[in-house]
Amino acid sequence: MDLILEGLIKAFQLIIALDAEVLGITWLSLKVSGVATFISVLIGISTGMIVALTRFPGKKFVVSVVNTGMGLPPVVVGLFVTIFLWRNGPLGFLDILYTPTAMIFAQAVIATPIVMGISIAALQNLPAKMRLQILSLGATRLQMVWILLREARLPLMAAVMAGFGGVISEVGASIMVGGNIKGYSRVLTTATVMETGKGNFDVAFALSIILLFLVFLVNFLFTIIQQRERPR
Amino acid sequence: MTLKETILSVENLKVKLGGVSILDIPSFCIREKEFVSLIGPNGSGKSTLLLVLNCLVRPVAGRLTYRQDDISSREATFDYRRKVSMVFQEPLLFDTTVYNNVASGLKIRGMQKDETRERVMRYLKWFNIEHLAPRSARKLSGGEAQRTSLARAFAIEPDIIFLDEPFSALDPPTRNALTEDLASILRETGITALMVTHDQTEALRMSDRIIVMHNGSIVQQGTPLDVMNNPSNEFVASFVGMDTILQGKVVKASDGVVTISVSGAEIDAVSNAKFGETVYCCIRPENVSIELVHPDDLTSARNIFLAVINDISSFGPFLKLTLDCGFPLVSYVTREAFAVLDLKEGKKVFAAFKATAVHIIPGK
Repeated sequence: MDLILEGLIKAFQLIIALDAEVLGITWLSLKVSGVATFISVLIGISTGMIVALTRFPGKKFVVSVVNTGMGLPPVVVGLFVTIFLWRNGPLGFLDILYTPTAMIFAQAVIATPIVMGISIAALQNLPAKMRLQILSLGATRLQMVWILLREARLPLMAAVMAGFGGVISEVGASIMVGGNIKGYSRVLTTATVMETGKGNFDVAFALSIILLFLVFLVNFLFTIIQQRERPR
Repeated sequence: MTLKETILSVENLKVKLGGVSILDIPSFCIREKEFVSLIGPNGSGKSTLLLVLNCLVRPVAGRLTYRQDDISSREATFDYRRKVSMVFQEPLLFDTTVYNNVASGLKIRGMQKDETRERVMRYLKWFNIEHLAPRSARKLSGGEAQRTSLARAFAIEPDIIFLDEPFSALDPPTRNALTEDLASILRETGITALMVTHDQTEALRMSDRIIVMHNGSIVQQGTPLDVMNNPSNEFVASFVGMDTILQGKVVKASDGVVTISVSGAEIDAVSNAKFGETVYCCIRPENVSIELVHPDDLTSARNIFLAVINDISSFGPFLKLTLDCGFPLVSYVTREAFAVLDLKEGKKVFAAFKATAVHIIPGK
């Protein structure tokens, strides 16, 4: 019991003291996962839209591949991204292995299928005739796409939250492609793994609380955006 | 009635789905300020025709002309689509307020805020849903939702409005109230309308012209009275409520009056059918009267048959009697008459109808 109590006390001390290293780690976590989510939203929603709204042979196969991708194990992604970014790998010339950029890259790979899968489901869930209705109101294609996105905004925001939640809590890929380098590529999850390994439960505990709080804060913001403009 | 200018016409229209022909219409047109009803059974291609006319489904072949302009090019299609609007069976409202829903077509057209507001309020008022303006479209009753959908389609003040069974999902009182409102708004605005319905009474009540569709083609078009009273074939007859359709042979023909032999019985009818011809006799149930004693000369009815009541069922304000006169015959009687005559199943009565009440359709 002492372990937990001490951990809690230490955690609050670290948080209240605004420890520079902890702040740096937190900020990097937010930055890496934020940018990765942003990229995955751009790719996931746009391609998800195309998949959902067009008919093509093999569509079911594509959707099931995307859905499988939603459960992509981060360590597998970490392995492949490492191989790709390895000095003599296909993308080795980029020379970004063990950098935050590599982490963003890996996290975007993890989040994209999540965002895309939920987007496809969200858009397919709209009534089939909705598109015809929008066109019959005189909409251009672009206007139609915009209205459909608005119509699906609740599940689409859920897709964004799921994508962010998937990468901010991910550790395998970040450690593998980022290297958990102090002050450079160390994020909350990788730091927690390391501190726990060293037996510094109090620090690990503090980092975990910060991580939980961060996830809550971001999702709270997204939820406000999601639920805004809902008429009575 | 003077012939008004043709606003939309179709020539040699063909639509196929998976190699199967679902529409085949040689020619068809809608005139200015006309209210046309499209009736026909499920799967007859009514809704598909509506989508084609709205340029939402591309036909395999055919030409659409809007006020003398061909609208097959991409730009022309888009311009045309901005001049018409469509209401579907489901309200298909957007997840926002009623106000924003009605304004959506105007927003799409980039209309100024003040003008939009004025226009939206006008149509909300017309459809009696002003009080719902700030309400979420998700929290409306079926009737309110369909009113919102109609207001949205009317607010853009289209040249033609297409209505695809807009009332079919509503309960009868709601449907009646909405039908009345729609009819009066159409009269006031003079907007040309084409409505798909499977409710013949709705079609009868509202339209200038009825088009009957069957298996992807138009089988008859004309004024409601015309279609109801002179169905062009057996299918239209049964569809417009001619409950009794009997096949027979003309055994006597003179001066426009024919006698037709139907299962041994002889029916007199007014028709120009020729001797020996096979024909269908169609008799509306409301034209068949029931008597307890042989009416003799008390009536002008030329066709009087002894009949046994086989079945009695309720049909709105009437009771529907299925009779056996040697051939099947259907009659409607009021509940009052039913009580006075003390009718019951198995009872023998006399069924009478005039020669003019028999509509003759040439057989195949």
